[in-house]
Amino acid sequence: MAQMKINGQSVAFEPGQSVLQAAQANGIKIPTLCYLAEATPTGVCRMCVVEVVGADRLLPSCDTPAGEGMEVITDSPRVTEARKAILEMLLASGEHNCLLCEANGECKLQALAYEYGLEAPATLPAKAEFPLDDDYPVITRDFSKCILCGRCVQACNEVQVNLAIPAPWGPRQDQEPDKGWFPLVDYENCTHCGQCVQACPVGALTEKKAKGKGRSWETKKVRTTCPYCGVGCQLWLHVKDNQIIKVTAVEDAQPNRGRLCVKGRFGYDFIHSPERLTTPLIKENGEFREASWDEALDLVAERFMEIKKEHGPDSIAGVSCARSTNEDSYNMQKLFRAVIGTNNIDHCART
Amino acid sequence: MTNSFADFDKAKMFFIIGSNMTEAHPVAATFVKNAVNNGAKMILVDPRRTALAEFATMHLPLKVGSDIALLNGLMHVLIKEDLYDKEYVKSCTVGFEELKAAVENYPPERAEEISGIPAETIVEVARLMAANKPAMLMYTLGITEHTCGVNNVMSCANFQMLLGNVGFECGGVNPLRGQNNVQGACDMGALPNVYPGYQKVTDPDAKAKFEKAWGVELDDKLGMMMPAMFDGLGDGKVKGMYIFGENVANTEPDITHVEHCMEHAEFIVCNDIFHTETTRFADVVLPATAWSEDDGTFTNSERRVNRVRKAVEAPGDAKPNWWIFKEIAKRMGQEWESNSGQEIWDNEVSMLAPSMTGIKFSRIEGDGLQWPVPDLDHLGTPFLHKDGCFTCGLGNFKPAEWTPPAEVPDEEYPLVLSTGRRLYHYHTRTQTGRSGGLNELLGEETADISLADAKKLGIANGERVRLSSRRGSIELTAKVTPEVQEGMVWMAFHFREACANWLTNGVYDPVSQTAEYKACAVKLEKL
Repeated sequence: MAQMKINGQSVAFEPGQSVLQAAQANGIKIPTLCYLAEATPTGVCRMCVVEVVGADRLLPSCDTPAGEGMEVITDSPRVTEARKAILEMLLASGEHNCLLCEANGECKLQALAYEYGLEAPATLPAKAEFPLDDDYPVITRDFSKCILCGRCVQACNEVQVNLAIPAPWGPRQDQEPDKGWFPLVDYENCTHCGQCVQACPVGALTEKKAKGKGRSWETKKVRTTCPYCGVGCQLWLHVKDNQIIKVTAVEDAQPNRGRLCVKGRFGYDFIHSPERLTTPLIKENGEFREASWDEALDLVAERFMEIKKEHGPDSIAGVSCARSTNEDSYNMQKLFRAVIGTNNIDHCART
Repeated sequence: MTNSFADFDKAKMFFIIGSNMTEAHPVAATFVKNAVNNGAKMILVDPRRTALAEFATMHLPLKVGSDIALLNGLMHVLIKEDLYDKEYVKSCTVGFEELKAAVENYPPERAEEISGIPAETIVEVARLMAANKPAMLMYTLGITEHTCGVNNVMSCANFQMLLGNVGFECGGVNPLRGQNNVQGACDMGALPNVYPGYQKVTDPDAKAKFEKAWGVELDDKLGMMMPAMFDGLGDGKVKGMYIFGENVANTEPDITHVEHCMEHAEFIVCNDIFHTETTRFADVVLPATAWSEDDGTFTNSERRVNRVRKAVEAPGDAKPNWWIFKEIAKRMGQEWESNSGQEIWDNEVSMLAPSMTGIKFSRIEGDGLQWPVPDLDHLGTPFLHKDGCFTCGLGNFKPAEWTPPAEVPDEEYPLVLSTGRRLYHYHTRTQTGRSGGLNELLGEETADISLADAKKLGIANGERVRLSSRRGSIELTAKVTPEVQEGMVWMAFHFREACANWLTNGVYDPVSQTAEYKACAVKLEKL
């Protein structure tokens, strides 16, 4: 392994790693905003700048290769001043009012402003100066809070590869000086997967259905597995007052490594539908009526025993469920084999 | 899958057949696209020009139901040009001579005649596959949902074994399972021929083992598969049916037939979370807890047993399904001990299924484990048949002859209907139809047709059409799209009124009893 020095400490790194990756691998923290682990580093926000001995300028650690014998300082006064200047500029760049922001408590800009002891700018730009894209059902794009870090662009183009947020991107004066540049979406390609929302470090991109439902410190996070296709993505359910209010991907988890699709991220609230069945039902004269569990279960057992007695166990058949848990399927096949006495148990694997 | 999702973005070569991954397994598709962006090659075989075609090195728009002819044609070239992996075939497989004899009859010219893929393309693809190893083969229901589904699967396996691609990281034969826990339901023995862990009901030792574990006598006859169950209701052989969480009235082929059968049942019980088109036929409906209202496990396509956790309380009096089955067992005279998902898994499943012995709830708090996990120290199996050492000994070539779909277009029904899933909904919309926003993203079904057929029939994009087969007729909106080839109609089964299964053909693979959802004959009329 190659060696370099970070803050006077000798650390080993793998050739090909950036200074940021080398630091992270050795437990040394460097703040980032635009850096997205699964995409090409862009160095655009410059929050991760460090001093490299021998270099005149501060260098973005995400985009600077680690080198044998390199000496890096991650937290000098010069670095701190530069980061503060960047944060001041970002805070003044949009309508960063934490009070009513959905990202309050989960915002990287807010966390860094707090950590570096910044004061809020005296005036914030008016919201009307920025585009608001709120026409589609699951994602709200409020560019008054956008810090132009480009993580959404990379999440869309490099991670999900949906190519729905057109590059090039970068400092807005390089694009259309009059209007400014914003990462607007090409809805021809957008699959509403919300990877851009997951990547957004601030409150510019948010889950529309979660709006006003609860803030991060009020919710409990429960890890689970997605109920849709056979990939088995790992999800965080954000729960408040017995309601799932939001779903995000578990970063660094197999098999999905922080990715989700539109159903996994937004197809959760069916469980709270008022149409849920909440009591056993027995059909009488063609109509369902409510029944107690005892009555319904007694009836099922009684009818199955009658049919078994009269026509034999093979006159009863069971269709199990490919949506429910292993434990449910196990008990159903056990009911058929061990209790009813037939192997007439199947499920939709074949159809 | 023999292999893992973690292989996808590291792979250098893909052969994807009958899988519209960007819509049916979207996250899996992102890793394939990442690999392509890193230089991997991809052969995409699909009658439709699906979204992955943009990323494919070559897209082969074969005719619906011609997979075996194409695969045999590719194998013909591999053998004829001496491009197959002779060392692997010799040391890891049996049955090569039979395969060679069978594919001898599929020169590229004949494969072209059947599949519509030019002979020179077939030669080019065979050479490309031989030059880029290992390759991952992925397939989905485009392979299995045919009357020749089993032979399609065998042909995929033959192809990968001939190339020497089974038993390596970034190789293998990888069926992407359609539902979240279809793998698990199979693993748990919700099948008429096997106990949990694929132990055969006809094997006296397995029977004895489960008789001892459950304290009862068991039956060693194979049970009925689903199509026979429904036919059995129709002809009186089956009197009672238990339907757990399946909306069979919309998902089975030929809805009219399935509903007719269910009307004849003496007694039907349904466990479900909502009323569905199927619960209408029930005598008793039992309200179950849903996903996130109970603790348990799902097993994904790569054999990974993952935790599912309770996050909220179930509404009203809804109860866990395992509890419902346990309570019925009690009322039929059997007391079962296990009283939670964890107790069922730890004390029964992992004790009875040898491939899952090493999986306990305490070991799958994080990323889960991929079976086989033979003991408590084992870290799981990311890919099967390591180095071509097959679980069953030697890999067995099972050559297959091409057979056409049971129903092919004719003068009266001149188009072929193929069916599948769309991105924004899942199956019969029991869940996605009640999740805010998804109906707005896709609010109705369409009949997807080619530009050529649209022109021929004078149908413009967005116009209403009637689509009919010998089994039924539906009215819906036409979507004219370059995705679909001439002579073909494509649609999904998410919406009741315009459900593809009013039209699909209730004919089945003779072995697997999988229905031919991918091919039937239809006619299209402008309204």
